Amino acid sequence: MAGRDTRDVIIVGAGHGGAQAAIALRQLGFARSVAVIGNEPEFPYERPPLTKEYFAGDKAFDRILIRPPAFWAERKIEMLLSTEVTAVDATAKRLSFANGGSLGYGALIWATGGTPRKLTCSGHDLKGVHAVRTRADVLQMMDELPAVTQVVVIGGGYIGLEAAAVLTKFEKKVVLLEALERVLARVAGAELSRFYEAEHRAHGVDLRTSVQVECIEEKDGCVTGVRLAGGEVVPADMVIVGIGIIPAVEPLIAAGVQCGNGVVVDELCRTSLPDVYAIGDCAAHSNGFADGATIRLESVQNANDQAITVAKAITGNLVPYKATPWFWSNQYDLKLQTVGLSIGFDRTVVRGDTAARSFSVVYLKNGRVIALDCVNSMKDYVQGRKLVDTRAEIDPELLADATRPLKDLIAA
Amino acid sequence: MPKLIIVDRSGAEKELEATSGLSVMETIRDAGFDELLALCGGCCSCATCHVYVERGPAEARVPGSSDEDDLLESSGHRRAESRLSCQLILTEALSGLIVRIAPEE
Repeated sequence: MAGRDTRDVIIVGAGHGGAQAAIALRQLGFARSVAVIGNEPEFPYERPPLTKEYFAGDKAFDRILIRPPAFWAERKIEMLLSTEVTAVDATAKRLSFANGGSLGYGALIWATGGTPRKLTCSGHDLKGVHAVRTRADVLQMMDELPAVTQVVVIGGGYIGLEAAAVLTKFEKKVVLLEALERVLARVAGAELSRFYEAEHRAHGVDLRTSVQVECIEEKDGCVTGVRLAGGEVVPADMVIVGIGIIPAVEPLIAAGVQCGNGVVVDELCRTSLPDVYAIGDCAAHSNGFADGATIRLESVQNANDQAITVAKAITGNLVPYKATPWFWSNQYDLKLQTVGLSIGFDRTVVRGDTAARSFSVVYLKNGRVIALDCVNSMKDYVQGRKLVDTRAEIDPELLADATRPLKDLIAA
Repeated sequence: MPKLIIVDRSGAEKELEATSGLSVMETIRDAGFDELLALCGGCCSCATCHVYVERGPAEARVPGSSDEDDLLESSGHRRAESRLSCQLILTEALSGLIVRIAPEE
């Protein structure tokens, strides 16, 4: 057993990855001391609802807790909340906290995710300008919303699009600004982008692409509008910024960890520092579904499965991480589900009818299926997984025939 | 309050007083069981809250939607009485339900 000021395992980050790492360690019979350090005051909660059910007011906070508060004490998982790690001493194996405290570790699991990327232009930190990453962010928005008539959402990724969909339900005027030529440009093909652009416009969102933001305008410290390159000012009494995250890894970098876009980890999620692992949004790993490219994946699936990989490694079961990536996004009555990674695709095939709002986009690379984006198309999502897992080589014409179930194409 | 009996993967049973309006998934989670991953949080987007309804009315023993039915197809452990527990909302009418947590995929 570790001493009083040391824990056998310390998990930094109380999100999906950190919570699951602690749960999995106990499930695997790890009986020594485990502490989870979170910089928010809350027990671990699900983040996806922050732009969906929780933001919409459809689910109370206690329903998005990953486990009830009493669970952690019952499993002897120490929760150190509202605690910021400021430094890692990888030689002494010790963490320092902003509150002046410190703790030694046997093994360290870094699961901090990221902090929202901020605009750099003037006005980026005005009252009324929000990111959506934490419960506190959402509470602040909910508090301001009754007095808000027009919201500008900056960024046409999943966070921005989901937030826009909820805001239309609140009957707010919503303008969504995307810098690139289409929404979801980094994560999906043009077919999916065009479909979601049309859906948002049909729901009343003023969605504009290829738009550059110059600055946020203000009056008395509060946001009044967003000035675009070219001079137009879009009025706004709230601005939501969803332009990605920056991995929260500064203390590890200062400790000398190998780092690129995130902390570099191997197939067991080990970093270059001894007994230091990294998982989830902040972990740059070689992913077989991206042809071995080193990537970060921002998803519940990745956080959860890497957490299990580390818990197994710590308990002596060295199983490389190779879980199939999957992801979901709910907007309006549209259920998008993704399996695989479309990175590097060279061809797409649309199955089904986009006008009927039930279809899939199949992504191919060198003739093989690497990913599917399925919109209101659960069968394709479920059956498409095997195509992705086996990198099936299937005639695009067969793939395009939505009357033929994907499972029937595997042997074809 | 509806009563619910949960059987975990080791076969241990626990009887609970559940809250009407919550899903069986939430009830299992809140009772301290940690075998259900329930990764999507209950929005019928994954199949990680799979249970078998071992006792309960007929309508609780069949999928509530084609999405649920399709997702259950992805399980290697599907049975006739399989449900995604996030889609099974507890009501007084379901009192006495027995659900067993399905094996890990």
